[in-house]
Amino acid sequence: MSTLEIRDLHVEVETESGPKEILRGVDLTVNSNETHAIMGPNGSGKSTLAYSIAGHPKYTVTRGEVLLDGENVLEMAVDERARAGLFLAMQYPVEVPGVSMSNFLRSAATATRGEAPKVRHWVKEVKTAMTDLEIDPSFAERSVNEGFSGGEKKRHEVLQLALLKPKFAVLDETDSGLDVDALRVVSKGVNDYKAQSDVGVLLITHYTRILRYIAPDRVHVFVNGRVAESGGPELAEELEANGYERFTTAKEEQPA
Amino acid sequence: MSDGPVAQSGGGVIDAPGAPVLDVDPGIKTASSPKIAPWEERFTSYDVEAFEVPRGREEQWRFTPLRRLHGLHDGSAAADGEVAVSVHSGFGDSATEDLGGVRVEHVERGDSRLGDGGIPADRVAAQAWSSFPTATVVTVNEARSDDEPLTVTVEGPGVGKTAYVHLQVRLEHHAEAVVVLDHRGSGTVAANTELVVADGAKLEIVEVHDWADDAVYVGAQHLSVGRDATIRHTSITLGGDLVRLSPVVNYRAPGGDVELDGLYFADGGQHFEQRLLVDHSVPNCRSNVMYKGALQGADGDKAAHTVWIGDVLIRKEAEATETYELNRNLLLTDNARADSVPNLEIETGEIVSAGHASATGRFDDEQLFYLMARGIPEEQARRLVVRGFFGEVINKVRVPALRDRLEAAVEAELEAVGS
Ligand SMILES: Nc1ncnc2c1ncn2[C@@H]1O[C@H](COP(=O)(O)OP(=O)(O)O)[C@@H](O)[C@H]1O
Ligand SMILES: [Mg+2]
Repeated sequence: MSTLEIRDLHVEVETESGPKEILRGVDLTVNSNETHAIMGPNGSGKSTLAYSIAGHPKYTVTRGEVLLDGENVLEMAVDERARAGLFLAMQYPVEVPGVSMSNFLRSAATATRGEAPKVRHWVKEVKTAMTDLEIDPSFAERSVNEGFSGGEKKRHEVLQLALLKPKFAVLDETDSGLDVDALRVVSKGVNDYKAQSDVGVLLITHYTRILRYIAPDRVHVFVNGRVAESGGPELAEELEANGYERFTTAKEEQPA
Repeated sequence: MSDGPVAQSGGGVIDAPGAPVLDVDPGIKTASSPKIAPWEERFTSYDVEAFEVPRGREEQWRFTPLRRLHGLHDGSAAADGEVAVSVHSGFGDSATEDLGGVRVEHVERGDSRLGDGGIPADRVAAQAWSSFPTATVVTVNEARSDDEPLTVTVEGPGVGKTAYVHLQVRLEHHAEAVVVLDHRGSGTVAANTELVVADGAKLEIVEVHDWADDAVYVGAQHLSVGRDATIRHTSITLGGDLVRLSPVVNYRAPGGDVELDGLYFADGGQHFEQRLLVDHSVPNCRSNVMYKGALQGADGDKAAHTVWIGDVLIRKEAEATETYELNRNLLLTDNARADSVPNLEIETGEIVSAGHASATGRFDDEQLFYLMARGIPEEQARRLVVRGFFGEVINKVRVPALRDRLEAAVEAELEAVGS
């Protein structure tokens, strides 16, 4: 049993007109075997939350904590966080020209597992995972994400999830830009990993569509840099029907 | 470290299958802009005295620290040393002296073949032409297999010595060869290298400059491309105090296909300069240029400096030309300066496509973040990215043992700075 705790997290970014606060006190606790959906309008700070957990250098934490089983994640370097069991499936995966997918996956698996996987097992493992995600084997020799379509990039993010086996996975809009078939494949990939592990999932999304495939235990409405309301799956249904209006209007009534 | 590219010197592509070009990227020079001089309008001569002594202000010389040339440019560098040129079949441990059908000759100035590749266009090249003791001519008139590269080793004259070199690699009609031109050692060297590739022939040549720290090498490469001939020229510069290379591509007939790839890795104090001219003077030829450089000057050291000039001229008569040139520089430390000047000049709209791009930037933080977010430690992530950056050039080298050596050399450079 593991716990990822986010407490009173405040984060700012540097802009041309000085620092700008984006996260304004996020509180959230995810346990193993739980799936939490974070839903919010564009620009509400969802990706900022994801990047801050992963340790992107662009985001500065000014207050608050992120604890993984009581350990302060914010003191860890980016690679240490990943090795401690955190995984971020990015909204916009980065292209790394000249580094082959297979070399990258093997380097990542070696790092997170603490030793190089045995070649024979590894080849099989990658092949199976790629087949499950309906990824053509030829991708293994292509440069990381280079020239991949949006959907292909997302499949490869989930491929990495399956191979790196984190304790907690933050999936940032893994559903956006996917057609129905791709959404089904990607969701199945996430569900398969959930079934064979104790992973806790933070599923960031703008739309309720993916929640039909990946069932959340908890739903959090994220507005203006913080969690505005939390509830069970029924909250997603309300959002489906009424959108974010109730929350964004409520925000305006309160003087910030 | 900071974000993304710090300098971007325009880029653009023109795709004009059969149609005149109307929309021209501002970075691509049209007839109204300053001209790249066509080859025959450039001053060329075999005679060193026909050239003025460069003072440093000339367009051709403005980036080069003349004082470090040890007199190659002003006639004061007497030839007091000799360069050892040797030719083997195979590369590295597998090299043998059995050259099969390949002919190696040492000929005098005045041999009618010399100059088939091109004529000196600067004073140092003319000095080399006027001063070499004998020229080495390597002739291939068969299709050699890829696993039998020819290795031509050029060993510098030694510390404090000066030597002049002339080398010609000739591929007769429909000949094929992979050639490694391996430069190493110490001293001061000026050279002309002619690559004369006859109709239908295919030359793949990797020119390696792995000089010792004291070495100065100034070389002109004259590429002469026959009808439907192919040259892939890869230029690797890893060592030396100053290395200046000036490849010129002359298409002799339609159908020529040339790739110029390059890799340079400059440390503190090193000056590596590449000046390319691709002169599309006939129809239906192709050129593709891809040079990649990394620079790392340590704090407190002199800056690492690289210069890349890529002149591509498409003349009026060069219809159906297809060309693209790219130069990318990676600044691994602050103490580094990369000058990159792509020039594309187009005098006809009847081309297939033409484009250029140049970007000089610091290490890409987003790539580093992505790799580290998968658990890969920073040092290893950096190495992966740099290896990946150069991979596009190294992976095309078709001599496995040389590929290994180049990869190891890049690793060693990265270790040296220790970051
Ligand atoms: N590096 C940055 N510089 C300036 N503003 C930023 C930066 N990153 C994010 N923002 C701003 O922060 C807000 C939240 O962005 P983001 O976290 O991407 O939202 P979401 O993922 O919910 O759409 C937006 O207004 C965005 O413009
Ligand atoms: Mg987002």
